[in-house]
Amino acid sequence: MTATDQTATKQTATEQTTTEQTAAAAYKWVGTRPVRPDGVDKVTGKAQFGADRVLPGMLEGVVARSPHAHARIVSIDTTAAAAMPGVHAVITGADFPDLSDSGASADDVSRSRNVMARDKVLYVGHVVAAVAAQTRRQARAAADAIVVEYDVLDHVLTLDQATADGAPLLHPEMVARGIDPEDARPNTASRVAHERGDLDVGFANADVIIERSFTTQAVHQGYIEPHAAVADVTRDGRAELWCSSQGHFAIRSMSTTVLGWELSDVKVTPAEIGGGFGGKTTIYLEPLSLLLSQRSGRPVRMVMDRNEVFTASGPTSGSNIRVKLGATAAGALTAADIMLEYEAGAFPGSPVGAAAMTAIACYDVPNFSVVGFDVVLNRPKTAAYRAPGAPAAAFAVESVLDEVARELSIDPIDLRLMNAAVEGTQASYGPTFPRIGFVETLEAIRHCDHYQSPLGPNQGRGIGCGFWFNVGGNSTATVNVHEDGRLTVMTGSPDIGGSRSSMALFAAEELGIDVNTIQSIIGDTDTIGFADVTGGSRVTLSTGAAVIEACREMREDLCRRAALMWDVDRDLVEWVDGRAQHVDRTETPLSLADVAAKAGRTGGPISVTAAMNMRGAGAGFSTQVVDVEIDPETGQTSVVRFTTAQDAGTAIHPSYVEGQMQGGVVQGIGWALNETYTYREDGSLDNDSFLDYRVPVASDLPMIDTIIVEVPNPAHPYGVRGVGEVGIVPTMGAVANAIHDAIGHRLCDLPMSPMRILDAINQGNG
Amino acid sequence: MTRTHVQCNVNGDEVDFLTDPAESLLNALRDQLGLLGVKEGCGTGDCGACSIMLDDAVTCACLVFAAEAERSTIVTIEGLADADKLHPLQQCFLEGAALQCGVCTPGFLIAAKALLDRNPDPTETEVRYALAGNLCRCTGYDKIIRSVLAAAEEMRNDHGVSL
Repeated sequence: MTATDQTATKQTATEQTTTEQTAAAAYKWVGTRPVRPDGVDKVTGKAQFGADRVLPGMLEGVVARSPHAHARIVSIDTTAAAAMPGVHAVITGADFPDLSDSGASADDVSRSRNVMARDKVLYVGHVVAAVAAQTRRQARAAADAIVVEYDVLDHVLTLDQATADGAPLLHPEMVARGIDPEDARPNTASRVAHERGDLDVGFANADVIIERSFTTQAVHQGYIEPHAAVADVTRDGRAELWCSSQGHFAIRSMSTTVLGWELSDVKVTPAEIGGGFGGKTTIYLEPLSLLLSQRSGRPVRMVMDRNEVFTASGPTSGSNIRVKLGATAAGALTAADIMLEYEAGAFPGSPVGAAAMTAIACYDVPNFSVVGFDVVLNRPKTAAYRAPGAPAAAFAVESVLDEVARELSIDPIDLRLMNAAVEGTQASYGPTFPRIGFVETLEAIRHCDHYQSPLGPNQGRGIGCGFWFNVGGNSTATVNVHEDGRLTVMTGSPDIGGSRSSMALFAAEELGIDVNTIQSIIGDTDTIGFADVTGGSRVTLSTGAAVIEACREMREDLCRRAALMWDVDRDLVEWVDGRAQHVDRTETPLSLADVAAKAGRTGGPISVTAAMNMRGAGAGFSTQVVDVEIDPETGQTSVVRFTTAQDAGTAIHPSYVEGQMQGGVVQGIGWALNETYTYREDGSLDNDSFLDYRVPVASDLPMIDTIIVEVPNPAHPYGVRGVGEVGIVPTMGAVANAIHDAIGHRLCDLPMSPMRILDAINQGNG
Repeated sequence: MTRTHVQCNVNGDEVDFLTDPAESLLNALRDQLGLLGVKEGCGTGDCGACSIMLDDAVTCACLVFAAEAERSTIVTIEGLADADKLHPLQQCFLEGAALQCGVCTPGFLIAAKALLDRNPDPTETEVRYALAGNLCRCTGYDKIIRSVLAAAEEMRNDHGVSL
């Protein structure tokens, strides 16, 4: 069967029709929808999240934060605080090693200074001290009693302020990467560029050239569970840490690096994670709780308040973006000139690199230049957020593509099909695409009922597309057969989207056993081998590959054991439907339980571990169509219908594929219409609550219809691509294009709030 | 600080505890009664993760002082299932994949139960507005809404409610 033959779509839209003519039809368990292993605990309140760990004698820790956006720390006096009732430990930057001259990486130095300021504070909310006390109220009172003397400096809050001549510098010692000294601009940490062909030739060949400038605002991942950590350091120097994160191995290495501790002295146990979306791939409270626990000799729990989550944990970057596209009258793109400027926050490291790589990755453009700048400013250090960097760049590119389609009177899907990246296209970021499913997502939308349906008054329809890499990386999986023949699958990858189900489904498929009998769990750092963070949509892809490899090795082992039990040649045994069978059917087949019962006589316990670094990626694409309705009186936008088509490669648990698609879309809708960080002039965050930072709620939204496209990834044994991230990439562009369709005006600034829409309507009518 | 003695009924049990005047009911439920299924997402009544039934009204436990719970009847997520059987809402959430990270789930289940207690046959729009005080960042709400509608139908069929 060719890859094309295996391609099919699975629609689970409003009408809930499902066409199961998919790659998954060849599987018994993969592609089914069992109840998730962590489900019952989560609907009964038993699941333990970060803040739910309670230890005897546990203290409560809180953080003292900077009220200034940019200031030199002159002195910190903790004497009064340390003497207050119930206080057991107080720590400041002086209690941490200075990594700046230690040979540590720039990222480690940044992280170390972000979790605890040293010399300077760089944003309102930057940590200056932490306290552990018997109660949270005592700890808060003591933190408030810490006296910090500041020498306040001028600050910069926007990209334009940060890069203006003479702007105050956050890091005067910073050496810009990728920029000639004579071209250096203030607070610019690095420049990235992807270039091909000749822009002048490309634009000379164009019949239509459209250029627009865009701005997007910092938005927060908005996970409902605030950051939390519980540390318990024992007097032999060993430490245990329970926390909610997207990667407990990363938390261990980052925490021990900033503390200067031995990595393997700390055991990190992953709590259930109450949402992460990229924002829980780094450290905040973890090293503080460890140090407070060491100093006090007691377990210490630290939990952020919501306003701390907004003020001091990673939002994603705001950006300035300029996009210039050229196309022939027939619709072939000839050139793309793109400039991306991304806010890094207080330390270098915005996702502008990924933004530059993904900006035009959907399309085959012969001549392009994509240049990106990473800019520091006096805001919290940004953290990853679902397809980091890609959504803002796609918003700009998809908006200009929509203009090109209008100018040329070409259907927006046709324009994209004409220029779509396909197998063999050299991606804008370098490699040549293997089999990919972008065209299939476009065709799925073109043929869906939604795209064919008529619009009502004041309504508009928009199309958007997006790309994400879906990375591989390091993973470990251990599969154990219990004495009763049942299975436990353990990995080191925290489950943020239902991956425990996927791991169980792979094991069920490989070993031919009922998925509902399999335990699927995540091991702590002492129990299971290393795994990279759960991020980049890599877990079902590459941790799944480790599970599959372990199961295949186990199947071989089970056959070998059955051969011993029958005293026949290994070659005469095969594993069929969960049982060892003699190829000649001369023996009674042996179930897993039968083999497990005799394990002691056939080589001992049945246990296999697979550890691997999966190279390569599973390029994922999404195409979306949205209908909006604009209230011409108020400028209010209602999303009235939404359909998203995404290439999952193979949908292992279709419900959780749909869930990732729907969740990504709704985050994108919030980013497009409502969400933004609003700062006061003094650099403090004006909307640090869920009341004022308004994420979409149920009454804002329609159902989000999903079309799962399955073009198997040739690099994965089951064709998996990874599905977590690309679903957010097209959404802002699609919504902007729908608004343009409804009101006849292009909005280039996010969020597309009622006020901006009214302004656009009024200016157009004025 | 003077502590107040509070007596109330939580999930069918008569309980009592001492509270100081500034303690929220959320903290008392979590820290004093060990009901850790009641989640704190914001502490300001904006996310609904700490939703409980307080005398038959859906309430954010973070917005109520523990002392105000005197003589009240409280149901938390821990009180939703029977000893041997999940509530239909819980079962439908599981089968409908209505949860991902699950931290908002207890609040959604309580709010959905309150809706179905007073309106056994809600429309999609009624479900969306009844749950508008509960934030979920993972699911986009689609599968939550479907699961509540499915549970409503199942409960109507089981209870022979004629409509």
